[in-house]
Amino acid sequence: MGTMLKINDINVFYGAIHAIKGASLEVNEGEIVTLIGANGAGKSTILRTISGLLKPKGGSIQFEGKDIAGMPAHEIVKCGISQVPEGRRIFAEMTVLENLELGAFTRKDKDGVKDDMEMVFNRFPRLKERISQLAGTLSGGEQQMLAMGRALMSRPRLLLLDEPSMGLAPLLIREIFAIIQDINKAGTTVLLVEQNANMALSIAHRAYVLETGRITLSGDARELAASEDVRKAYLGG
Amino acid sequence: MEFSHQFVQQLINGVSLGSIYALIALGYTMIYGIIKLINFAHGDIYMVGAYIGFFAVTRAGLSIVPALLISMVVTGLLGMLVERLAYKPLRHAPRISVLITAIGVSFFLEYATMYFVTPTPRTFPEVMPSIAFNVGPFIINGQQMLIMGITLVLMLVLTYIVQKTKLGKAMRAASFDVETAQLMGINADRVISFTFCIGSALAAAAGVLVGVYYNSIDPLMGIMPGLKAFVAAVLGGIGILPGAVAGGIILGVIEALVSGFISSTFRDAAAFAILILVLLFKPSGLFGKNTREKV
Repeated sequence: MGTMLKINDINVFYGAIHAIKGASLEVNEGEIVTLIGANGAGKSTILRTISGLLKPKGGSIQFEGKDIAGMPAHEIVKCGISQVPEGRRIFAEMTVLENLELGAFTRKDKDGVKDDMEMVFNRFPRLKERISQLAGTLSGGEQQMLAMGRALMSRPRLLLLDEPSMGLAPLLIREIFAIIQDINKAGTTVLLVEQNANMALSIAHRAYVLETGRITLSGDARELAASEDVRKAYLGG
Repeated sequence: MEFSHQFVQQLINGVSLGSIYALIALGYTMIYGIIKLINFAHGDIYMVGAYIGFFAVTRAGLSIVPALLISMVVTGLLGMLVERLAYKPLRHAPRISVLITAIGVSFFLEYATMYFVTPTPRTFPEVMPSIAFNVGPFIINGQQMLIMGITLVLMLVLTYIVQKTKLGKAMRAASFDVETAQLMGINADRVISFTFCIGSALAAAAGVLVGVYYNSIDPLMGIMPGLKAFVAAVLGGIGILPGAVAGGIILGVIEALVSGFISSTFRDAAAFAILILVLLFKPSGLFGKNTREKV
């Protein structure tokens, strides 16, 4: 199991605001790694930087040995990284099918796309029932499933998930997290950003804790879940 | 009988004038949809299209359809060039900077055209025999048929591109949410460039058709139709394609009715009164929807 993603000492700015201050992290092939931290710590900023929506100042981001820092976002998708953005960001005025087709935008292998569409429908049968419905008419949970299915359609080797539990009922959150584990077992490496640290630590192999732009703790997810500091700060005691 | 007869006749005139507004409004609304810019140079793109059509007919001796196609291609490329040189460098600038740049581009196109072709109005040659069809008691002339026919064909082609092709889907995705579109692997710059190309080509078609209809073109001819098409786009709901078409046709019909039944001097006032009314009572336009987000 080699290192798939290696972020080394990146700094990210929003105008004059120094959002990420020299963060480094690694994701190994086959892992679920979670990045937890309070609101505004910079978790989404890190994912957006990996995806190429933001450009880091200094530092490096290597994916499968290739330097991807500063590459345009649409090129990074082609490298094998796909993101489920915060708030799902589905294309509400397009159908479920069109949303999934857009997920496969970079692909030319029609048969493979067809197979993956079946795979997504097997994983999320409710999407198949709603295939020609406008995505904006789906419930919150279904929209999350659509956003995940859409991201899988590019056949990513690394899946970035930003707050998949946001706004969902506890039962649905458990369902979504079980699906994330399934996706990982089927061979996709996962980097998961969550405010729901309890859930995230329960399915992750390793974890990083981000505080105001700096990584303050890292290690085995189970050990972090048991540590006094993390329990106090993020797990509600 | 006399009243209803004149009413229907004005309706025919209005729909053909409205088709022109619709073609220009489509470009406005597509460009707004994707980069949230009111491209005030769009009326001048339409004017350049009319001139290219004019020279294709007079210098190259082409008939109307090839002249129209050449004008659309060349003007489409011009639209891409304008975007690349004037708007792309301002992608992350405040919207007001881009808006002011658009006004600058507008003046540039108007006065550069004057420099090259002189400000004197040109008479568009007769490209088709002046025929008129009698449909019952009503008269539709050949130019009106041409305008409505070509507008219909172009709208069908546009609908096909936007709804069915991969690039059309990318356009819709990018105009809904540029950032997420990029996460799908869509090259936003390319989609924006393509949108300018299509919008400009449609405006060029409108320019050539107006040349045929009114016989006269000049370098400032784009100002008023540009503003009117902007009104049409707002009336239909800016950013919404069927809205631009409906807004254009409604505007054309209202103008024709006002000219026919009140006075043609009130025509322009009617168009801008509509803009004021829409902005007061339904700023999102006829086809506009209230956006709401699910969490």
